[in-house]
Amino acid sequence: MRELQAALFALLALGGLAVVLTRDPLRQALVVGVYGLLLALLFFALQAPDVALSQIVVCTVAVPVMILLALAKIHGGEHDEEDRKSSPEGEPR
Amino acid sequence: MSERARLGLFLGAATGMAVLLAWGMAGLPAFGAFHGAYALLIDHVVVAQRHATDAVTAVNFDYRGLDTLGEEFILFTSVVGLAVLLREQRSERERPPARAGEEHRFQGASCALRTLTLLLVGPLVVLALYVDSHGALTPGGGFQGGVLGAAALLLVFLGGGYLTMRRLSPHRLVELAEAGGAAGYGMIGVGGIVFAGAFLKNFLGYGTAGELISAGTIPLLSMAVAAEVSGAFVLLWSEFLDQALIVRRG
Repeated sequence: MRELQAALFALLALGGLAVVLTRDPLRQALVVGVYGLLLALLFFALQAPDVALSQIVVCTVAVPVMILLALAKIHGGEHDEEDRKSSPEGEPR
Repeated sequence: MSERARLGLFLGAATGMAVLLAWGMAGLPAFGAFHGAYALLIDHVVVAQRHATDAVTAVNFDYRGLDTLGEEFILFTSVVGLAVLLREQRSERERPPARAGEEHRFQGASCALRTLTLLLVGPLVVLALYVDSHGALTPGGGFQGGVLGAAALLLVFLGGGYLTMRRLSPHRLVELAEAGGAAGYGMIGVGGIVFAGAFLKNFLGYGTAGELISAGTIPLLSMAVAAEVSGAFVLLWSEFLDQALIVRRG
């Protein structure tokens, strides 16, 4: 059990580094989901299944979805600007 | 500030931080050692006192039920604040669908993804109800089950379309679940004052430990939290989805 915990601690340190080193926000949203899953596994190995359950749903579903949707909104806003520039009268469509 | 002065400031601050960190780490108890008496005590008395076999849920919804009330209202107010921030602004309007009758579909959803998500919706709903209702018996409870239930609706969005998700969870129903769950928790607490003499004190029979209907008010409080959390997360995602898919700057 101790070995499993130690391995997960090491993996988490690497995972945190991976999240920081991923520069593209879209990829980062997915990497942070995997990191959250690792964290849930650690909680499970530390015999805290209640916290692990919350961690799985919040950090692998709720948070990445919010990041992805925020990114979609930002990119959608850019398209709106492009629409306005490309429309012949210069009027918003 | 010159580069040299900045480097000096950083090195001074970093050295101080490293010394304090090392000092603090040296004084930590050994890994896994725990000196709190409270948890050990709860572990010994929880089944006899509350007839709940999951000590964590018993602490959340009974011994420290007031803290959970506070947490629930933190979630409630933050989601309400988000809904206010993301409401449709005067300068925004709804983006019309490209063709009449077309849904605002998740772009790039392949046939395999849609089939897989639709297959997963049913089991996920069952799992959510199981985690909700067995909070006092096994790990889990209202919060975990509530987010799972909301995630099932998110799968409907991935597999079907946004309007299907909205049809399954109309805005009014979602708001009702959120507000009703939050109010229900408070009402059960008031029930404690009326029937047992203290806020959030258990006023129902404890039943037999290990049975589905047992542990007094814990399952009821857990269900109230489940409704509140499901409503809160669906509302949160709906607001984000509205912004990402439908609302555009006019």
